[in-house]
Order: sequence, then C-alpha cells, then structure tokens
Amino acid sequence: MSIRPLLAMLLMVAAALPARALPAIESWGSEQGARVLYVHAPEIPMVDVELVFDAGAARDGERDGLARMVNGLLEEGADGLDADAIATGFEDLGAVTGFSSQRDMASVSLRSLSAADKLAPATALLARLVARPDFPATAVERIRNQMRSALMQTRQSPGELANRAFYESLYPDHPYGAHPGGTEASLEGITQDALKAFHERYYVAANAVVAVVGDIGRADAQTLVEELLAGLPRGERAPPPEGPGAATGATLLIEYPAEQVHLLMGQRGMRRGDPDYFPLYLGNHILGGSGLVSRLAKAVREERGLSYSVSSGFIPMRDEGPFKVSLQTKAANAGEAMAVVEEVLAGFVAAGPDEDELEAAKDNIVNGFPLRVESNAKIGSYLAMMGFYDLPLDYLDTFTARVERVTAAQVREAFARRVDPAAFVRVLAGDLDAAQREALGVVVHDGE
Amino acid sequence: MRTARPLIYLLLATLLALPWHAPKAGAVSEFVLDNGLKVLVKEDHRAPVAVSQLWYKVGASYEHGGITGLSHMLEHMMFKGTERYGPGEFSRLLAEAGASDNAFTGRDYTAYYQKLGVDKLELAFRLEADRMRGLLLDREEFLKERDVVAEERRLRTEDRPNSRLYEQFMAAAYVAGPYGHPVIGWMNDIQNYTVEDLAAWYERWYAPDNAVLVVAGDVEPGAVRALAEKHFGAIPAAGTAPPKPRREPAQTGPRHIEMSIPARLPYLVMGYKTPNIQTAGEAWEPYALTVLAAILDGGSSARLQRELVRGAEVAASASADYSLYQRLPGLFTLSGLPADGVPVARLETALEGVVERLRREPVSDDELERVKTQVVAEDVFQRDSVFYQALRLGMLETIGLDWRLDDAFVDAVRAVTAEQVQAVARRYLVADALTVARLDPQSMETRTVAGRAPSSPSQGGNARVH
Repeated sequence: MSIRPLLAMLLMVAAALPARALPAIESWGSEQGARVLYVHAPEIPMVDVELVFDAGAARDGERDGLARMVNGLLEEGADGLDADAIATGFEDLGAVTGFSSQRDMASVSLRSLSAADKLAPATALLARLVARPDFPATAVERIRNQMRSALMQTRQSPGELANRAFYESLYPDHPYGAHPGGTEASLEGITQDALKAFHERYYVAANAVVAVVGDIGRADAQTLVEELLAGLPRGERAPPPEGPGAATGATLLIEYPAEQVHLLMGQRGMRRGDPDYFPLYLGNHILGGSGLVSRLAKAVREERGLSYSVSSGFIPMRDEGPFKVSLQTKAANAGEAMAVVEEVLAGFVAAGPDEDELEAAKDNIVNGFPLRVESNAKIGSYLAMMGFYDLPLDYLDTFTARVERVTAAQVREAFARRVDPAAFVRVLAGDLDAAQREALGVVVHDGE
Repeated sequence: MRTARPLIYLLLATLLALPWHAPKAGAVSEFVLDNGLKVLVKEDHRAPVAVSQLWYKVGASYEHGGITGLSHMLEHMMFKGTERYGPGEFSRLLAEAGASDNAFTGRDYTAYYQKLGVDKLELAFRLEADRMRGLLLDREEFLKERDVVAEERRLRTEDRPNSRLYEQFMAAAYVAGPYGHPVIGWMNDIQNYTVEDLAAWYERWYAPDNAVLVVAGDVEPGAVRALAEKHFGAIPAAGTAPPKPRREPAQTGPRHIEMSIPARLPYLVMGYKTPNIQTAGEAWEPYALTVLAAILDGGSSARLQRELVRGAEVAASASADYSLYQRLPGLFTLSGLPADGVPVARLETALEGVVERLRREPVSDDELERVKTQVVAEDVFQRDSVFYQALRLGMLETIGLDWRLDDAFVDAVRAVTAEQVQAVARRYLVADALTVARLDPQSMETRTVAGRAPSSPSQGGNARVH
C-alpha cells in the first residue's frame, strides 16, 4: 500500500467539507427596472453591494471628464449633508464605500457588516447619495482641482501618457477615445448645471445594475435593493456607445525624458459577449495573457531579459474594447524589443497555437477556475460585470466547458480574422534618439 | 533514512481523529517539523482552494552596502531552475495546475506563494521544497535576469519621481540601520551582482529552520502536516545564525532634504522614528500609534481628508502610515501632494500643525470610537481574503513574533485611550526624530540625450520626424 492514495483520500475528506465550487446566482428586476444579481454567502457577517450605472466616460459627450466628476462628487454633498457628515455617517458604522468611473461603468460600492443596525443605515445613506447629490459649488471646485492634479500626475507617468495616446488613436471620434479624467480645458468648462443634467439622465434605475453578495437572505436582499433605489426615477437605459472605425497603421512617439520607453500596440478588439470571445481569450492566454509562460514573456523577458513586464490582452467592453500589447524597456533596447514582439505576434497570427500549448492553456484556465470565485469580492465583481454586459446567468457555470471546446483551428481562424498587426496603432513614450526614430518611422505625438 | 511507515500511521491517526478533533472554522494549527520548519494552517472552507506561502527570514534589511537588493534578485532566480526542474519548468507545472504563483520581497522577508485548487496543494509543496535547497543559479540565466531586475528598477523607481523621493527620504532617515536602502537595491549594486553573491546568500538563508510555511484555505491540518513532512521533512536544518542588530544611532535633530528632478508635481514626505511592537517601551504604545495613524488617515472622515484636503484645501491628497509589525524600528510617515497652486512648504506647515494639535490636546471620543469601530469591521472584512489571512500570520512569524498577536490585535486597539494617543504623539512625533523630504519639480523639457536630433515642435501630433 503506497501513501499516495491515502493522501488523496485525506484531501478528499477536506474537500468534502462545505466548500462551494461555483456561486449560485439569483437574479431579478427591481421595482424601478434595475437588473439585480445576488449570491448568498453567509460565512462572513458582511455584505457587499455594488451599484453600476451605464454612466462612464462614454457618456461624457462634449465635456471630457464629466462622468468622473459626477461620480466623484456623490460623496461630497447630498440631500443637505456635507462631505464631513457623509464620511462620518459611513465610517461610524465601520462601512467602506468606493466610487469609480471608467469608460463604460460608473460604480458606487458599499461594504458593510451584515448586522441590521449597521447595514440598514449604511444603505439608507448610500441611497441619498445616489439619488440626491447636491454638487455644492465649493466641492465642485475642489474636485475640479483634484482632477487637474490627477492630469498632472498622468503627465509625469510615461505609461499613462502612452495609454492615453493609444486610446486617442484607436478611437478617433468615438467616445472611448477621450480620457475619462478629461483635459484642463474640458474640466474648466464643466458647470454645476452640466453635472446635474448628467446625473439626472444617467443615474436612473433602468440604467443601473445592482450586485449583492454576502450574509443576507434573498428577501432581505430584495428589500435592500428597493431601499437603495427608492429615490431614483425609472428613467431610460443609455444606448450603446458607437463611433466610426479606427485609424490604422500609425506609429507615434511621445517625447518624454525617462530611462525606459513604454511601448503599447494594438487595435480594436472585442465586445463583451462577443461570439469569438472564447477562441480569442484562449489564444491571447497563450500569446501574452498567462504571465511568465506566455509566448511574449518567454521571448522578451525569459530569453532576452529585455523587460520586467510584457503582456497582451483583450479588454472586452460595451463596444469593441482594445486588444493591447504592452512592455517597457530601457531606451536603447526599444527597437529590439519591438522587433521581438512583432515577430512573436506575426508567428502567432499566421500559425495559431500548437496542440500542446492549447492543452496547457486549457489546463491552466480550467484548474484555476475556482480561484476566480473564491471570495465575496471576486464574486461581486463578476456579478456586476455579468449584469452590466447582459451576460447569461450561467456564464460562470458554462465557462470552463466552453474553454474546453475551443480548438486550435478556431483560435487560428479567429486571430486571422480579428487581429491584423499591419493595422495596429503603435505608441512609444520615452527618449528615443534620431537613429531609433528613423528606424521605427515614428510620428511625434503631442502628449499634452 | 525515513520510511513510509510512520507517515502512514500518522495519516491514519489523523483520519480517525478528524470528526472529534476538527478545529473550529478559522482556527490556526501550528506544528514544527524536526528540521525546524514551522508550519501554520488556517482553515477557511468557503471555496475549494488553498494558498501556500513559504516565508524566509531574509530581506533587504539583512543586506549590507554593495549587495543591496540581493534578496530580491535571489527571489527572481528562484524561478530559474533547479537540479530537478529546468528553467521554466516550475512556472509551467504550476500553470498547468491552474495555480497563480509569485513571490514578494520586503525589508524583513522573502516570500513565495501559490494559490491553487486544494487538490493541487501537493504540487506546490513538492516544487517549493525542491527549490529550498536545489537551486541551480545558472550563469546565463542569471545575466538575463539581472537585466530584468534593472528594468524593474527603472519601471518602479527611476522613472517615478515620487518613488525616487521616497528612496532618498529613507536613505536620509537612516544613517546605519538597514531600512535606509531600497528593497530593490541601488542600481549600481544591481548591475554588479555576481552569481557567487547569490550562491552565498542562498546558502546562508534558505533552510527549513529559517522559514515558515503558511497554508490557508479548504485544508485539514493533519493532511497538511503529512504533506509537509513528506516534502520538506528530509531537508536538513542549517543552524542559520540571525543577522546582527545594526541598531540605528539616536537621531538628535531634524533632517531636511530636497530633491530637484524633472517632474510635473511637487511631493512631500515626513517621517518620525517610532518604536514598533518589539522595541516599544510600553506594550500599548504601538497600538496607540496605530490608532493615531487612523485618526489622521482612517478614511474620508479622518483629519487629513477633513482638514487638509477639504477644510483648508492645502492638499490634493495626504496620507499617514505606521506599521507596528516590523523587525526593526521604523517610521511614522506623513506624505502628501499639495493642492493645485499650493507651495509644498505650506503643506508641510499644515502637517506640522496637525501633529502639534495631537500633542496639545487629546483626540475626541467620537474620533476614537470611530477608529475602533473601523478596526472591528476591518477584522471581519479581511476574512474575505484567504491570501491576506495567511499573509498576516507569515509576516508576524518572519519578524520574530508569535502569530497569536494577530488574534490580540483588535482587543489591543480597543483598549487604547485618548491619553495614550496623546502620549505617543508627545513622545515620538518630535522634531528631533523627524526627517523631511521635498520634491522640487524641474522642467521636463530641458533634458536632452547625447546624439539626439533637435526636438521638432509637435503640431497637433502630426509632425513627421526625418
């Protein structure tokens, strides 16, 4: 008798304890028309609530930074309460709030102990913030100043400068092209009226998704959501963002005094729920989405020591989000690093993955799947994402099976159809000498 | 020579004992192997996953001049192959198992971790035990990886003005103590590491009696013990000697430095030498300093946000930081970005005013109660992260403390009084123990590189360079 089966048995005993593999998701529509996703997780006496509005920078219109300013001002004054009263209100309960606004999503989140004397007042306070922000003039000016400082911070970060230029080039005349943090000029032009109008249009129930995870029963969760949304009108859902096709084939240089050059390259990628999602996801995993074992990391970092971090990825969004390859390397190595990336990319797009790579990628994703839903925080993020992008409720349940079904031919075919390095936008931020500029054929980009 | 028999006996005993001796959920089990490897197991049965963290008692504060950052470089080399598993094998095997694996180096520790399905835990142990003594340190791999670490430093420090300021700040605060040099090491030290430096470092510190293994997740302590015995049990103890104390001489006056580098924004860091949980004169002092940090920066209602970011509007952002869990005495730091148009000196004056008020008057009951409420809530919230639970245990043990201190934390904070907060402010937040560093931003347009063509003016982003 060997010890191995015994060990296996012991581990099975451990696994037989009540550990859940996948969260059981329930969903319903709120009275006012918001989509609600909920998971009961009674093990820890706490509750996470996230309220996501389709009110990100894609809704900025002519005023870049408007969506983020609205989101940031919710906790700065609402329903007659000033920022001090709001902050004290949550923190006296031990509750933690979060506010964020990216291109698609504007999010408001709450983490509270599940005891009724904590959760109920925290929810009631959050409901006032979301429904009745005051946008007080002093707070508007303060947040405007802070956003200005944030802009200056991006200007001393070559990586962020490159990222801004990348989106601008990929999405000319598309709402995704603008920087969610705005520009000095656009921030200056944002008025209290514009803030109020934006809030009235987009912070409405029909434009919201609510994710609830934690130590709260279904009936109580339903009540909580109704209380949270009580002050919001039903309103209308925002239409999908759209814009004309991308500029192609440009190579831009942002002149920046730094030791490293930041390189970003890519094109428009895919939407959430895209029919090619699984072959593209799996293919990218092999190409540059799996850390040190990816093709890009092996070629750029492991074999040549050119970069600390190199990766590729699709960022699925409401409209086509970018496919992006990124790395940083010291200026003298920029040309070499870029050439290596181009070669790896071209090879992958032309021939796709081999069978061993595909199997290894599937093993990684399938075996590692439980890690994606191991905590309330991670489950909550999935719920918000699934709700926001209208993914089916069995998205997580069927995920690994859909990964397993992907063939090497499907990956190759999807990449050939969707990824075209000749059409890539390439952005370099750093300090390149004349010979390097010549060799790379760069166009100087105004990074301001 | 070990045989399988005692192991089987142990396993059976564990199996039989399970229904009667299963520890309560969230409990920590502790045992020490014969070779000195301490193992801690924290049960969390919410999901069928586990995290394994192997902590070595070595980090940047163990290093001396000339080899700064060597612990971190060694951390990188630990993924570069052993006698048994070639370069890349380690990462490949774990990737196929679906593990998320990485490592981190701090001042007081170097830690390696795998997060994975609980049925794959044995793979993590097998690989981790293998590289505890069997590292190859191949010269070719070393040279490439040294370049990678130099790139990491460029990314994290050289091209980040605030990181450079913080590095200079720490160097100014410490004259002899080893917290004065950066964890990643000075660039020139990185570029001059040798394979022999690494081999000596590895030989000296990587041994079971200088390590702590922490496992958290959907595991059963008896099974973890059996696996640990199986994979780590045969590695001999090394009798590792602890590092020399290298005590920092007493500071006897304020220190000010200014850094003029290309940047867009100024920045300010201030730090007071403070005791930690191992060096405090009174047991309550580090907890009072923890409360003090939260009074200043425990959320949006705390003083820095309320008084400096809102209120006076002198800061765009400001923070306070204190860590009671350190091997050597550290700093209570205040840092901040001045609000748009506010001179950095005004922010410094404002922060000094905040500190002065803490010395002058006790904090209010409301503030104190709020901080305690937050600490109690955070203690619940952090249970959502299996990784963080393991991290707290590993960190305590690695700096020479008993993990049970983690359990005592909430009660110790709850016992802190307003008088104690005022007392630590008076005792430690004093000018004689203060170091201040200011970033004075210089134009970013003035730097040119030899051999570079004159910069062409950009016109709406469309000027072609020839």
